[in-house]
Amino acid sequence: MTSMDQAETLATRPAAAKRPTARYPFEGLVKLRARLVPSHILGEIMSKQWIDSAVPATFMVLVIGLFLIVAPGFFTGANISDGGRQLGEFGLVALGMMVVIMGGGIDLSVGSIFALGNFTALALTNLFDWPVAAVLPCVVLICAFAGLINGVLIGYFRLRAFLTTLVSLITIRALVDVLLLEFAVDISAGFYDSAIWDFAGAGDVLGLPTSFVVLVVVAIAIHLFLSRTRLGWHVMAVGGSRRSAHNVGISVRRTVCGTYVLSGALAGLAAFLYAARLGNGGSYPGAGMEIFALTAVIVGGTSLGGGRGSVAKALMGSIIVLMINLGVVQMGLQSGAGQLVLGLILLLAIAIDVRFIRNREKILSRLYMSPTYFSLPEAPDAEQPASSYALNDQLGDVSLIGLGKLDGAEDVIFDAQDNLYCGDRLGNIVRFDGPDYQEGKVFAHIGGHPLGLAFDRAGVLYVCVGGMGLYRVHPDGRAEKATDQTNRSAFSIIDDSRMRLADDLDIAPDGRVFFSEATTRYDMETWPADALESRGSGRIVCYDPAKNTTRTILRKLVFPNGVCVEPGGQSLLFAESWACRVSRYWFAGPKEGQVERVIENLPGYPDNVNRASDGNYWMALMGMRSPALDLALRMPDFRRRMALEVAPDEWLYPNINAGCIVKFTADGKVLETLWDRHAENHPMITSMREHKGALYLGGILNNRIGKHVLKDADPNWTAGASYWGQR
Amino acid sequence: MTRAVSRKRLITQEKIVFAIFVLLFLGFSLFLPGFLTANNVALLLQSVSVLGILSVAMGATIIAGAIDLSMVALMAMSVAWALQLVNNGMPVPLAMLIGGGSAILVGIINGVLVAYVEIPPLFATLATAACIYGFGRFGLISQDTVYLPKNLGWIAELGHGRVYGLPMPVIVFAVLAAAIALVMNYTKFGRFAYAIGDNRATARITGVPVRPVLVLQYTVSAIVAFIAGLVQATAINSMNTRITDTLLIYEVILVVVLGGIGLSGGKGGIRNVVVGTLLIGTFLNGMTIMNIQFTAQNAIKGLILLTAIAIDQVINPRDEQTSQQGDI
Repeated sequence: MTSMDQAETLATRPAAAKRPTARYPFEGLVKLRARLVPSHILGEIMSKQWIDSAVPATFMVLVIGLFLIVAPGFFTGANISDGGRQLGEFGLVALGMMVVIMGGGIDLSVGSIFALGNFTALALTNLFDWPVAAVLPCVVLICAFAGLINGVLIGYFRLRAFLTTLVSLITIRALVDVLLLEFAVDISAGFYDSAIWDFAGAGDVLGLPTSFVVLVVVAIAIHLFLSRTRLGWHVMAVGGSRRSAHNVGISVRRTVCGTYVLSGALAGLAAFLYAARLGNGGSYPGAGMEIFALTAVIVGGTSLGGGRGSVAKALMGSIIVLMINLGVVQMGLQSGAGQLVLGLILLLAIAIDVRFIRNREKILSRLYMSPTYFSLPEAPDAEQPASSYALNDQLGDVSLIGLGKLDGAEDVIFDAQDNLYCGDRLGNIVRFDGPDYQEGKVFAHIGGHPLGLAFDRAGVLYVCVGGMGLYRVHPDGRAEKATDQTNRSAFSIIDDSRMRLADDLDIAPDGRVFFSEATTRYDMETWPADALESRGSGRIVCYDPAKNTTRTILRKLVFPNGVCVEPGGQSLLFAESWACRVSRYWFAGPKEGQVERVIENLPGYPDNVNRASDGNYWMALMGMRSPALDLALRMPDFRRRMALEVAPDEWLYPNINAGCIVKFTADGKVLETLWDRHAENHPMITSMREHKGALYLGGILNNRIGKHVLKDADPNWTAGASYWGQR
Repeated sequence: MTRAVSRKRLITQEKIVFAIFVLLFLGFSLFLPGFLTANNVALLLQSVSVLGILSVAMGATIIAGAIDLSMVALMAMSVAWALQLVNNGMPVPLAMLIGGGSAILVGIINGVLVAYVEIPPLFATLATAACIYGFGRFGLISQDTVYLPKNLGWIAELGHGRVYGLPMPVIVFAVLAAAIALVMNYTKFGRFAYAIGDNRATARITGVPVRPVLVLQYTVSAIVAFIAGLVQATAINSMNTRITDTLLIYEVILVVVLGGIGLSGGKGGIRNVVVGTLLIGTFLNGMTIMNIQFTAQNAIKGLILLTAIAIDQVINPRDEQTSQQGDI
């Protein structure tokens, strides 16, 4: 039996506490459905980056499938070979267009540059009889030069891309027309005999048409360029946000200019292959190509305006457009049908693109949230004077440290010299020098939001940093990463190898660091949404500094939060916030791997757990349960509707504004509770640390640290000594 | 740059263009035999009136921060369809109603795509242009060219007639220009269009009904395109649908930009369009008289357009700090 199964059994076993009596109709069915239907998968799939490519890929498969049905003879040898060559030429042009659009521009002149390249290639071969080795670079260079003119005008003189390339379209077309008037007859009369020329036009490489092979090679090169090189990143940055790219020091003008040069060169390469294939100076090679290429790029899912797109998308778009175009010809439809179909597809693709880009985050945030059924027993009543949770005003006399200087000290800890350390929302570790704790100084800057803290045997401070992972700060203030990823679970859709929300930690006698990651589905800014899901996506992770390995040891915990290694050195206690319970996990000894429940049905949401001087444990309840939310947790549909229809600010969240401190024994008996009854002094508590007869209180939403003097505690006890002995 | 500020500037693009027009006109008059004759000037005006009519509507659209690349396709297809219906025996008013109605429908579709679906105007209208031409050739009109029926009545006068020696197309141009100028300057709709073109977000926050105004703008553009088509068809006795493939739509933009209406919207007025039309008309007429090859004319037009865009950039500069995402 694995520890996982055991946790499950424990969760479902009949608890001593009273189960809720009033069930609503069909609650059993709702519970069953929530258990059987993995409704969170849809949102997780939608959050993947590759979902962008899924739409064009599906569309491509549909188009190909349609052709198999409508025109079964379409995919015969000759058609495929010819189609492969056309795809090779068209794909090159589309790739150039894609790069330009990625950089935030547009290149309507590709068709005319293509015609120019075609004419140049034919003139150089048929008229001047140049060798192919000279013709190819010459054609590409001339076309790249045409692209350079575009690039200089748009990049450096910042003319409007659409109209400028439109002008190039007209002007270059006019130029080619003039040249054709002069030379068309001579070109068609000429004859050029070259094996390489024929190979470029009609040859095969390993059974694949030459043009297609060229396309594949160029596509790989451009993919590597965009995704792996500095210049490629510049292109994406400029397209993503021109202003930000400029502000971080990227030469926007040069980058933009470069994209047009690349587009021109690729159109030239395509034209060279086209010329070699057809040898045709004919009326309008490349006419309308800009619209085809534009449609291909947009249908593939590259965004107008830049920053989003890929080589694969451009290629898929090219295949779709070419197939449709060939299909319209194949079906012998009247002139105009092709334009109609293409125009409609272009409109549809742009409309989807615009709407999708605009609403993606909104759709995702609504789809992502997937509440499940979660039932808690009726909460203990703190109003009852006889209850061990009974309200009192023991925290009414808390004195404050660093008031107004701190922002979000989730946890506090002391070193051997009695200095106090805490994190803050700005990513700093702040140190208050003992014994009066008046002056706070930034001890180290990590970033993220430092949460749980623990010292190891050597006095190195380990920190769980929300949003970053597990870090350590050496006594000299040097911060370094300990770990930020663990083993990925086998069937997870979202990448759960990265640490999203490392929360609290403790260190075993052998130096192993056990820390909780509260949720793998939400981030530092959105974690309250996890409470509404109550799905159980958190985990306990073990980092071994000796071997520098990180392993997940417990999964599917409901917001695991506080972690505390027990003095025996073989087990740890961990609190699950939304499940309102505390469990013990044995990481060594005869019971290794087992999980047992220590406290169930707390009246609030447990946070950090730490040792007390009398051998018991302190635990912070960061907020108290409310009957309304408890009931809502049994109604997944209600919470889903809430997430869909109500603004996040208005959602029913767990209370995390007023809590208390609980002291409990190792076998789960609650001894006493410390309250700030009037909620004036220190009601919000996420952590407490006993140190020399006083309890120091942290709160993730607080601007201070509280100090509460314990009357009958050992005035010399320190946590450090309890862990590592007197130094 | 607000209109108030531009009024203070001594040298505006409009004045420069007007000066060039005057110089060019004088130069051609002196050096080109046959240019300054009553007949040629009337011809010049007539030849640019269709361009001018289209440009007036395009100018208003561009002032509202949009653009309509589907005008020429729409003009060709709606008029060709109406003429074909008459040729097939349909009563003239009904055919005109259908032609004009289909144009209005396309205008509304354009407006909805731009205003409600929020597709960038350049691409929305580029795609609808392809759709209009494709649909027309695929489903409505069988030949490239539809000839003018004999029984058009007064509509035929739009292209043929003369009033006090002035060709009718010129009068249509003048009337439309005056009407749209009045609308742009003195009606709520016109002022809203300026506000939207100047800053769409601000206009919307201020309470301007941005989306309905844009739809109306495209509808007006479509109606004007239909009228321009009638003038064109009656003037040359036929409607060649291949006009869609020519550079006419870019010449329209050329006229508007040359006249000094900024492409970013909110600037300029109908007067700029008239000045731009005059210059382009004179230029084309002169080149034709000088017997310059058609393709070379295209290249020269391209270069003029480029210059116009470059001047627009200097006068209404954009840079990395101020340019908007997707503003291409």
